[in-house]
Amino acid sequence: MASSKRKFMIGCQQWLKALPFLIFGFVLMAMFILYPLIRNIYISFTDFNVIKNEVTEFVGAKNYLDLLKDKNYLIAFRNTLLYALVTVPGQMFFGLILASLVNSVRKGQTFFKVVCYLPVITSWVVVSLVFKYLFMSGKGGLINYALMQLHLIRQPIAWLQSEWTANVVLWLFGIWKGVGWVMIIYLAALQGVPSEVYEASEIDGAGAVRRFFSMTLPMVRNTTNYLLTVLTIGAFGAYIHVMMITEGAPLGTTNELMNYMYNTAFSTYNIGSAAAQAVLMGVIVLILTMIQRRVSQDQMN
Amino acid sequence: MRRKLSKIPNYIGLALFALFALIPFQYMLATAMTPLSYSMPYPPILVPESLYFGNFVEAWNANHFSQYFLNSLIVAAIATVIIMLVSSAGAYAFARMQFPGREFVFYLYLFTMMVPTVTNLIPQFLLMKDLKLVDTYLGLLLIYIGIGVPSNTFFLRNFFLGLPKELEEAVIIDGGNHWQIYWRIVLPLSKPALGTFAILAYSNVWDEFLIALTMIKTPDKRTLPIALRLFQGQNLNNWGLIFAASLIAVLPILIIYIVMQKKLIRGGAMDGMLKG
Repeated sequence: MASSKRKFMIGCQQWLKALPFLIFGFVLMAMFILYPLIRNIYISFTDFNVIKNEVTEFVGAKNYLDLLKDKNYLIAFRNTLLYALVTVPGQMFFGLILASLVNSVRKGQTFFKVVCYLPVITSWVVVSLVFKYLFMSGKGGLINYALMQLHLIRQPIAWLQSEWTANVVLWLFGIWKGVGWVMIIYLAALQGVPSEVYEASEIDGAGAVRRFFSMTLPMVRNTTNYLLTVLTIGAFGAYIHVMMITEGAPLGTTNELMNYMYNTAFSTYNIGSAAAQAVLMGVIVLILTMIQRRVSQDQMN
Repeated sequence: MRRKLSKIPNYIGLALFALFALIPFQYMLATAMTPLSYSMPYPPILVPESLYFGNFVEAWNANHFSQYFLNSLIVAAIATVIIMLVSSAGAYAFARMQFPGREFVFYLYLFTMMVPTVTNLIPQFLLMKDLKLVDTYLGLLLIYIGIGVPSNTFFLRNFFLGLPKELEEAVIIDGGNHWQIYWRIVLPLSKPALGTFAILAYSNVWDEFLIALTMIKTPDKRTLPIALRLFQGQNLNNWGLIFAASLIAVLPILIIYIVMQKKLIRGGAMDGMLKG
């Protein structure tokens, strides 16, 4: 009894010492992340009046059920899935090739690394503007011009005016923006492989392509799994490119989940529905994160 | 010799990647250096005809753009300094102090790192409304700091755990306390890590778009990313002006990046914070 009281006292003293270090960060984190998180879940089950700034009615799962019937939400969901399905493998494919190339040369390695990382560090807003301009309709747009010069198309394409070409522009954007980052991550993995391994296989006469499949790929498997999750989470949460390049046009067929949520909240002021969308996104990300944890734990064992 | 020649295909591949990465930038630069024409130039201009900087001058002077630049500069600087101070103090407690429930609190930090920023936007906005902080820098800064603290605490804790303890023990023998260890030993030893994380935090705030768009209403208070978006709306076909403004907006980050590229690439690879 006495010892547990003593333990308690020591605990209090320890907290007293640690508190000044911790308190600011903890309060900020609790106020601006934890509390909003809980409030968001609550709001998702209610009808929220923006003008009165208060919950007017508890509606149960209605916001969630309505989403299942909301055609535009489902389109945004489909587009987000497609965006992830195209851009995640796309970034990884080109990122790994680029990393292998960078890793295979000595001279100019830094130069190529820096140049290929430029898209990553450049603001999403600015890069989106450039992509909008690159894919301008009419023969003056650079992409149209290049494709016509190469005789791949006869007439200029109005990229942003129809559903699928506009989505393709968003996909290309996603790949272009992310390849440099994937390259850096893969490069770190590749540089962990002793060069003797490569040299030995070169002497064996293994061709570059075979070497890539039979050696490089298996060796970076952990990194591949890590990238798969992180990039998928990133793809689900992306929104700036949609807001800046297409704004969902034509007719909401290029919307993705997060920019649809933003519009639900701040254009149509349906706060309850937007909160439900946010909760669903949180659940998706949580599941993806847990899968990643599980996979990386399995690999460690 | 044969070995060297055999690398040629690799360099061709690398050159292609570099070309694809650079063309959009080159296109942006060339357009920014071309005087206004009301129709799209044909053929597209990839090399400017002359060194024309009129668009840059106009963009800087037009529509309070210099004001927005300054706003972003100040907001990002204040947020970064506070994030680093608060995070390093918390990280120190997690790395060097014993207290009951330490693991639990640490897991809370880890958990909040997984919450996507956008999903909290609505309740954050409502909270700011309750606190009457909508349309103030204080409100904007509080959110930026709140979001930035968990991940920076996490990474700094990992860094602090790797520091040798011998120096700290000397301070304790001399009768020093935790504050002295934190301020005199741990922080100075962590300068490189602090610098890297500070740069990442700075560029994150500099480029932040959605929260600023939601919280800031007064035109004079806008930060650069929102200003850019509205700028594009106002100057629909004046792409030279838009890209001049864009280039001004990305310049600080580009300069920091090129000067510090070695550290930054490693920092970015560690956690992908730059992925935004």
